[in-house]
Amino acid sequence: MPKKKNKKKNKKETKGQLGKKKETAREKMIGQTIGYRYDVNLLPDYSRITPFLKKYVEAMGWDDLNWLEDVHMGYEEDRPAVFDRNANGWVTIPKKIKLPNNQQDRDMIARELLVKFQMSPNHPLVDLKKAYRKF
Amino acid sequence: MANLKSAEKKTKAQSMGMHTETLTGKTQQKFFNPDEAENFFYWGNYDVDFNKRTELDVKDMDCVNANKKIDELMSEGFGTIVIKNPQGKHSLGVGILNKLNLIFEGSLGYFGVGSIDGPMVRVNGRVGWSCAENMMAGKVVIEKNAGSCFGAAIRGGDLICKGSVGARTGIDQKGGTIIVGGDAGAFTGFMMQRGRIVILGDVGINLGDSMYDGTIYVGGKIGSFGSDAIEAPMTNNDIEWLKRKLKVAEISENFDVSKMTKVVAGKKLWNYDALEPTEKKGAI
Repeated sequence: MPKKKNKKKNKKETKGQLGKKKETAREKMIGQTIGYRYDVNLLPDYSRITPFLKKYVEAMGWDDLNWLEDVHMGYEEDRPAVFDRNANGWVTIPKKIKLPNNQQDRDMIARELLVKFQMSPNHPLVDLKKAYRKF
Repeated sequence: MANLKSAEKKTKAQSMGMHTETLTGKTQQKFFNPDEAENFFYWGNYDVDFNKRTELDVKDMDCVNANKKIDELMSEGFGTIVIKNPQGKHSLGVGILNKLNLIFEGSLGYFGVGSIDGPMVRVNGRVGWSCAENMMAGKVVIEKNAGSCFGAAIRGGDLICKGSVGARTGIDQKGGTIIVGGDAGAFTGFMMQRGRIVILGDVGINLGDSMYDGTIYVGGKIGSFGSDAIEAPMTNNDIEWLKRKLKVAEISENFDVSKMTKVVAGKKLWNYDALEPTEKKGAI
């Protein structure tokens, strides 16, 4: 009986972890990941859009998520992270934010956090803009 | 992007001494602050009002002065700008990183509305080569036809041409959506890496040649598939998304999207790793 309990626990852990996909023979050989480790082609489920994102889309005058359709929750160095194309780097999700199991919900959180980060006066691009803007 | 396994366990290649360098990812150790204030615009952007409208005649202006004038108008709070007499000038409306409603009454030349991030643009005429190249976000609608390299290297946003487009549409695309109401030329989606291309008409030869990732949907006939481009089954999610997008694009709302052909990368060309040059050297 106790053995069965342990098995169930292990299964749950691996299911929730990001980026634990089985490596291909090629990846095993070179010890390096090839390609994306999450589904970059996953289309957004608009029924899961957050109130913040709704407001953002409305403020910009768009009809849908627009560029955010390409934003997904990925991972970097075994931690959930979002790629910020403006800073050209991964931005890590703080540990205190609990992520849902559903990829669609995780993607919506990633989109919301990325917008907040990019529009913040603390974004790394603000200093560059101050230094180099032409007009 | 590369996420290496820990260096403790040597791989077969490492033990063979084929590569010694340690690659690292691009993490900047930046963390989100979940308590960040609600702000929808980039720092330093102009606060414009869509209801504040003006017109700008660019007949006697070159593209540099016309683009500067657009910037000036945005700084005065104009959210809707109508450009009169663009007369096929090149590089008009480029580099706009602001929320804006921009309307061109006429046609544009090469590299129109390139590198934009946010505005909604409508061109009532045609556009030349490389329209909306490197577009980051926003929506661009072309009422008539477009030239070659339509949406070259776009990274985000919706780029729509109601007419037909030339060759190499979406070349090197890295995100976003390109929608074409008519036909598209050869090498559509050439070397695309991410994003979506929707062609309601026919496409030429070598569709999706050497594509790394991304999705192409075709409503008409396909001249031929390019290297490593393969057909994939349509899902309900695809159909729902296509119906929604065609509504956004203001074209062919009654089009039967379920009969479209979905094309993706076969991923046989995926060999982008640091080991490859070493292996090649050994083989020679």
